[in-house]
Amino acid sequence: MTVNETLAQASNAMVYGAITAFTSSMVAFSISLAKGRRLETLEESAERTNSSYQVRRGSTETLIKPAVSTSVSVNGDRGDGRRAGNIGMALTWLGTIMLGMALAFRGLSVGRWPLGNMYEFSLAAGFAISLTYCVMSLSRDLRWLGLFITIPVLLDLGSAITVLYAESAQLVPALNSYWLLIHVAAATLCIGAFTVGAALSGLYLVVQAAEDRIAAGLAPGKSAAIAQRVPPADRIDLMAYRIHAFMFPIWTFAVIAGAIWAEAAWGRYWGWDPKETWAFITWVFYAAYLHARATAGWRGRKAAYIALAGYSAIIFNYFIVNIYVQGLHSYSGL
Amino acid sequence: MRIALILLFLLALASVPGSIFPQRGTSPLRVNEFLKDNPTSGPILDRLYMFDVFASPWFASIYLLLFISLMGCVLPRAVEHYKEMRGLPPAAPRNLSRLPVHSEWNSTTSASQAILETEAAWRKRGWRVRTGDDWISAEKGYSRETGNLLFHLSLLVLLIAVGVGGIAGFRGNVIVREGSGFANNVTQYDTFTSGRGYSADKLPPVSFQLENFVSSFQRGGQQNGAPREFYADLLVKDDPSAAPREFRVEVNYPLRTAGITVYLVGHGYAPEFTVRDATGNLLWQDAAVFLPQDGGFTSSGVVKIPDTVPQLGLQGYFLPTVSADFSNGPISEFPAADDPGVYISAWQGDLGLDSGMPQSVYRLDTKNMKRIGIEELAPGETWTLPNGGVTVEFTGYRQWATFAITRDPAKGWALGAAIASIVGLSLSLLIPRRRAWLRVTPAAGGGNLFEVAGLSKTEAPGLADEISQLAELVNTQEEKP
Repeated sequence: MTVNETLAQASNAMVYGAITAFTSSMVAFSISLAKGRRLETLEESAERTNSSYQVRRGSTETLIKPAVSTSVSVNGDRGDGRRAGNIGMALTWLGTIMLGMALAFRGLSVGRWPLGNMYEFSLAAGFAISLTYCVMSLSRDLRWLGLFITIPVLLDLGSAITVLYAESAQLVPALNSYWLLIHVAAATLCIGAFTVGAALSGLYLVVQAAEDRIAAGLAPGKSAAIAQRVPPADRIDLMAYRIHAFMFPIWTFAVIAGAIWAEAAWGRYWGWDPKETWAFITWVFYAAYLHARATAGWRGRKAAYIALAGYSAIIFNYFIVNIYVQGLHSYSGL
Repeated sequence: MRIALILLFLLALASVPGSIFPQRGTSPLRVNEFLKDNPTSGPILDRLYMFDVFASPWFASIYLLLFISLMGCVLPRAVEHYKEMRGLPPAAPRNLSRLPVHSEWNSTTSASQAILETEAAWRKRGWRVRTGDDWISAEKGYSRETGNLLFHLSLLVLLIAVGVGGIAGFRGNVIVREGSGFANNVTQYDTFTSGRGYSADKLPPVSFQLENFVSSFQRGGQQNGAPREFYADLLVKDDPSAAPREFRVEVNYPLRTAGITVYLVGHGYAPEFTVRDATGNLLWQDAAVFLPQDGGFTSSGVVKIPDTVPQLGLQGYFLPTVSADFSNGPISEFPAADDPGVYISAWQGDLGLDSGMPQSVYRLDTKNMKRIGIEELAPGETWTLPNGGVTVEFTGYRQWATFAITRDPAKGWALGAAIASIVGLSLSLLIPRRRAWLRVTPAAGGGNLFEVAGLSKTEAPGLADEISQLAELVNTQEEKP
């Protein structure tokens, strides 16, 4: 099977188009964020969460108020920065579609799934991040989050075209398996969604810091500049939890699908190959995060740090283990 | 839970050195290399099990403690859950208006009728219902805890399956040349390790012949020389009395028979030599397995000819595609055998085979030998050694394949446990456990006050919607608010 050069070039053009779209949407989201203000002030949030803290104390089984406190809304609804936010949202959709087309052309140019080397993984991961964000934005207003999504997408795509680029080519035999699609697609989807989760957890830490300072009677501090433009800390924390809880079974599935493939390709389902080890470490961190969420004294800030540790393990596995560590998963194409 | 959390962190932390240092289980050669390069720190690290992290006592103690803590948590919860499943939800609290989701309205409908109808309607929706004279208490989402218990239990089964697989299984590697065969006997293996519970004389009597090996590589482009396809055509006899059958083993497509699995894990070249003495008598004729050293399959190996005086040894390289210039030494340009050649040196003296020490078949012990010449040969060329007429003819090459042969009787259990763990995990993370109540109290101005309220133990969205749907099902005469 030969490589269709026209389609390969069309794919590259789509990647550059997507980068342009995401860069523009990043600018639009920045403007939107700068102009936006949240409806519940930092003081109100601090007061509300502090009073409910009394209820939470002393019990591991916590009672959570359901989503009835509709007084909490996000920036943009009041008009300021709304237009810029909408433009950013539309450009993000455009970038996502272009990235999807880039992947499709890449796959068609070689007649296989475009998940064979790090350049292709990175395109797919960028697609997964932006797609997760777009899908989430369908059921709620997420314009405030846009900036924190377009930045990782652009970093990912930037590294893809500069250091990870590999020409369209056929696969090494070990990757010639339908498990390639199942295992790698599930893992890539998880990386995308966990990136959104990490952005939320990081943002939560910033906002919580600002709310805590106000609750303690201090000046809002530097973090307030961001905190007053995004929803209250507990809302962001809940969103982060939901995405992590939703993705954890899928990550488990990705690891197990990898084990099934490893059994067929290498003669054992688990062999502590470096890549496997780091997938395991990631899994353990996210498992710890879910446990922490249900443990008194570990909710909130500590749990968020654990989620970020899990995400660092993913990044380490992707960039360090793929490129620098010798193992069976040496498919980087570099 | 706090202890489990700490143990989870320890487990993650303890795995890290396993990916930093080479591990004996996966790359024993790199461990030896590391020990040689680091004579001071190497042995210390070795004593700390840094090269056997996942088989080390400290790693085992972490996961065993984790599983003990898991059992200590899960067993009481399982008992509790069993009781809850058999019992009824607790009675409705007195003051429903304090609950996070709450609505109320007045109606002239009688309490007993409303309770009766609502109980049936809620039950139909899958709620577990308990009724009193003027209240209903309902609960849903028990499969959350069932899933949670299933997940933790399946982890335990998985751990046991991994352990059993290691004890009752084996793993061996063997190199087979084209045209040669393999019979499943421990003496035929190049490497063989088996668990304590498996004795090598129980190996099933499978045999096969490597009829044909095919490899192809990417030509041109950025990934020039990357493998594109390889497969081995075997003639398999599942047991000594069975008729031979053809089977193609490929990467990702192993041969599974008689409880063992045969994987294609590597390949290379075996140059064929014919060595004769000065009078033309045959001294040696075979294909010698040479091991690939780089991406271009520059392969090194030796031929030992003990039946001459003095003994002879050939040592050198097989190059599938001879490069145009030798300024960097003999290096193959491309992994496919486009323009094969060998680059060998001849040695004369004592091969050291009689010393009783086990010797590598891929290395020449030249301690008591003297080099008598060096030559480059193309297929069909003959080299007359400068020691009195011994001739070495390079007649061609054959390919060889490495097969890994394994048995893991607990594989199916591991897979079952893995699937159960995902099912359990999904149930426990996606299904919310929630309670709902109806209370009817006589209103001050006549008629009854109807109150519906709900509570979720977990952070699930949509409780308010669900409770308001339940409120809709309470059939009263007047408009609800």
